[in-house]
Amino acid sequence: MIQRRDFLKTTAAAASALALPNIARGQGAKLLRFVPQANLSSLDAVAGTQYVVRNAAFLIWDTLYGVDSQLTPKPQMCEGHTVDAELKTWTFKLRPGLKFHDGERVTSKDVVASLNRWMVRDTMGQIIKTRLDALEALDDLTFRFRLNQPFAKMLFALGKNNAPVAFIMPERIAKTDPFKLINEYVGSGPMRFRQDQWVPGAEAVFERFADYSLRQEPGDWLAGGKKMYFDRIEWKIMPDAATAGAALQSGEVDWWETPIADLVPLLKKNKNIAVDIADPFGNIGALRMNHLHPPFNDVRARKALLMGLDQQDYMQAVVGDNPDLWKKLPSYFTPGTPFYTEEGGDLLKGPRNYDGAKKLLAEAGLLGSKVTLVVATDVGITKAQGDVTADLLKRIGFEVDFVATDWGTVGARRAKKEPPSQGGWNIFHTWHAGADCVNPAPYTALDAGGDKAWFGWPKSDEVQADILKWYAAPDAAGEKAAMAAINKASFENVTYAPTGFFLLYQAWRNNLSGVVKAPFPVFWGVQKS
Amino acid sequence: MFAYIVRRIVATIPVVAIVALFIFSLLYFAPGDPAAIIAGDQASPADVERIRASLGLDRPFVIRFAEWSWQVLHGDLGVSIFTNLPVTKMIGQRIEPTVSLMLLTLLLAISTAVPLGVLAAWKQGTWIDRLVMMIAVSGFSVPVFVVGYILAYVFALSLDWFPVQGYTPFAITAPWPWLRNLILPAMALGLAFVALIARITRATMLEVLSQDYIRTARAKGVGQRPILFLHALKNAAVPIVTIIGIGFAGLIGGAVVTESVFAIPGVGRLVVDAILRRDYPIIQGVVLMLSFVYVLVNLGVDLLYTLFDPRIRY
Repeated sequence: MIQRRDFLKTTAAAASALALPNIARGQGAKLLRFVPQANLSSLDAVAGTQYVVRNAAFLIWDTLYGVDSQLTPKPQMCEGHTVDAELKTWTFKLRPGLKFHDGERVTSKDVVASLNRWMVRDTMGQIIKTRLDALEALDDLTFRFRLNQPFAKMLFALGKNNAPVAFIMPERIAKTDPFKLINEYVGSGPMRFRQDQWVPGAEAVFERFADYSLRQEPGDWLAGGKKMYFDRIEWKIMPDAATAGAALQSGEVDWWETPIADLVPLLKKNKNIAVDIADPFGNIGALRMNHLHPPFNDVRARKALLMGLDQQDYMQAVVGDNPDLWKKLPSYFTPGTPFYTEEGGDLLKGPRNYDGAKKLLAEAGLLGSKVTLVVATDVGITKAQGDVTADLLKRIGFEVDFVATDWGTVGARRAKKEPPSQGGWNIFHTWHAGADCVNPAPYTALDAGGDKAWFGWPKSDEVQADILKWYAAPDAAGEKAAMAAINKASFENVTYAPTGFFLLYQAWRNNLSGVVKAPFPVFWGVQKS
Repeated sequence: MFAYIVRRIVATIPVVAIVALFIFSLLYFAPGDPAAIIAGDQASPADVERIRASLGLDRPFVIRFAEWSWQVLHGDLGVSIFTNLPVTKMIGQRIEPTVSLMLLTLLLAISTAVPLGVLAAWKQGTWIDRLVMMIAVSGFSVPVFVVGYILAYVFALSLDWFPVQGYTPFAITAPWPWLRNLILPAMALGLAFVALIARITRATMLEVLSQDYIRTARAKGVGQRPILFLHALKNAAVPIVTIIGIGFAGLIGGAVVTESVFAIPGVGRLVVDAILRRDYPIIQGVVLMLSFVYVLVNLGVDLLYTLFDPRIRY
C-alpha cells in the first residue's frame, strides 16, 4: 500500500526534477550539442559536395594544407614542401607521428590514394590530373607531384575549404570508386566518428581523438592547431526550425548553425543567447537559366532578364528588411575579397529598365514566350527567389509556368537537357556560398564550357579562356586582371543572374566562447563554461 | 478461431505484395534523384550521371523491382542509398521511439476519451455534454503541429516542466526520463484521437442507453455506474474498438508530424527524410512494414470483437 509520506516524498522529488532548469541537467562542459544546417545523411565529402557533409568531415579528416581566415594555405598534415622554379615538381613531406583513428600511421601511400580519388571529383584536382605525369610516394613520409605544365595554385588546391576537399584517408578506403560513397569513416582529424552511435537523420556523435597530432600554431579556420575542448560533440538533427529555436532557448542544445531569419529577433531578445553572422563570405543568390532552349538560348533574353532584375526585391524576400544582411551585387564574385570586381556588371546597376527589357525581347521575337520556372518550395531561400522571379518574368513580358516542387525534384529535373515541354526547365534558383565564389577555382557555377558546364550549360569560349588565364597568372596582379575579364565576359554571356549577396546568422548559448565567423562551423577553440 | 487467424495472416501476403508493387512503381515514376542529392549542389551533371550509374538507378524498372522483391523475400529490405546501412538496422534504430509514442498516445487517448464519451452520453444536453463536444470539435480542428507548438511553448519553454525535444530510451529501472520526453508529444498526437473516440463513444452510448434492456435494468434498481460501465459500455464497445483500429492509420500519419515537431528519432521522421532525399530502399521498407502492421492491427480489432460480443464467432 502506498503510504502518505512515501507519496509526498516521491512527488516532491519529481517536482524538484521538473523544476531544474534543463541546462543544469546537461552533461557538463565537455559535451557540445550542435544543430547543423541540414540532415547529415552521408559522410563522404569527396563523392558528394553537400556543405553539411563537408562540415562534419572537417572533424573526422585532416588535410595536407589548410586555408586560414585570409584564405592563405598553411601546412597542416604536411611539415612543408619544395617546388622547382617551373612550378612543375612539388615535393611534400608529412609531419611524423600522424595517426588515423584506427591506430595506423598516416603514410604517403594513404596520401597518394586519397589525392587520386579526390582529383577525379574536384575541379582543381581535375586540372592537376590533366597536367600530371606522376603522383608518387617516395618514402613513408614524402610524396611528389610531377607535372608537365606549371600549376601555381597547388597549395590552395590541397588546402581549400570548398568541397570536394582533399581529405586524407587510409589507402584501403581511398581506393573506393570516387562515384561511390565510402562506408568506413576513418580519418586523422581531431574527432573520431562514432559510427556505432550514428542514427542517420537524428544524431551523429564525434569523440575526441586522443592521438591527434596537434600543430603548435594557434588555430585559424583550417590552419594551425585544431585544439578540441570537448570530449564529445553531438550533432542533433532538427528538421523543424521552431523546435531548434526552442531547444536553444531552453538550453537543450548549445549551438545552432543556421537560425532562420524569422526567429532571429526572438533569439536576440534572450539574454542567454548570442546571435552573430555565421559566414563573413556570405552567399550569392542565383537565378540559373537554361542556355539550351528558348527563350534563354538567346543572349538577348538573358540580358533582358538582367535589365529587369531588382536585387533588392530578391534579398528582402530572402533575409527580410535588415539592410545589414544583404547588399546589391553587380558581380559574380564575393564582395569584400581581394580580387572582387564589378567589371561588366552595369546591367545590374541603376534603376530597373522594364521597358528596355520588353523592347529587347520584342526585337528578339521572344515577347510572350513561355518560361518554365522550377522552384523548390521546401527550401526558404529558393522559394523566396522563385516568387520574385515569377513576378519579374511577368513584368517584362514572359508567360510563366510556375512549377512548385521540392528540392529533390529540382535536383533531378535541372539535370534534364530536354526542352521544358518534355520535362526540362528554363529557370531554377539556388545560391552559392561566398567562400566558393572568391575565385574561379571552386566556382563550378561560373564555368561556361557548354555541355560540360554546370546545369544550364552556358557556353562562352571567352569566359573559359579567361579562367585559364587566372590559373596561369603568376602573381596577384595577374589574378586580379583575369578575374575582371572573367566577370566582364560572364556578364556579356549572362552565364547566370546573380540575385544579390546575403548573410546568414548563427546562434549559440552564451556559455560558449570562441565561436568564430567562417564558411563552416569551426569547433576547435570553442569552449563551454 | 486458430484457422481464422492463420487465414487472415496468409491473406496479408497479397495485400503486402500489392502495396510493394504500388510503392515501388510510385517511387520509380515520381520525379527526384538521390544521385543529385548525394552529389550536392556544386557537382557537375556528368558527376551526377556517374553516381546514378554507380547506384544502379539507371537500370530498367523490371530488373530493379525483381532484385528488390527477391531481397525482400529473403528478409532483406536493402541498404540505404545514402548511409550504406541496412534498412532493417535503420528501422530497428527508430522503432522504439515510434512504438513508445503510439502506445502512450493510445493509452492516454483511450483512458481519457472513453470516460469523456460516456460522461457526455450520460449527461446528454447538459453543459458537460456540450463541453465534451466542444473539446472534441477543437481536437479535430486544430492541426497536430499547432497543438505541439503550443504545448512545447507552455510546458517546456515557459514552465520548463518537460524538454522541448528528443527521446530517452526506456529503462525499467528509470522510466521517468522516457516518460518525460514523451508526455508532450503524446498529448499533441492524442488530442485528435481523443476527439474521435469521445464522439463515437458518446454516439454509441446514446444508442445503447435508449434500448429496452437498459430500461429494464433501471427498473430492476441497478445503479447508474453498473448500467453505464457494465451493461451499456460493453455493448457499445464494438464500434469504439473499430474506430480505434481505423484511427490507427491516422495515428501513423500524425506520428510523422509529431516526431518532426518534437525531434523524436522515430520511424515517421525516418520515412519523411527518406522521401525528401529519395532514399528508395528506406521508403519501400518502411511503407511495407507499416502496411503489414496495419493489417495486423485490423486483425487484432476483429479478434477483439469476440471479447465484447459473444455472438461474433470466426
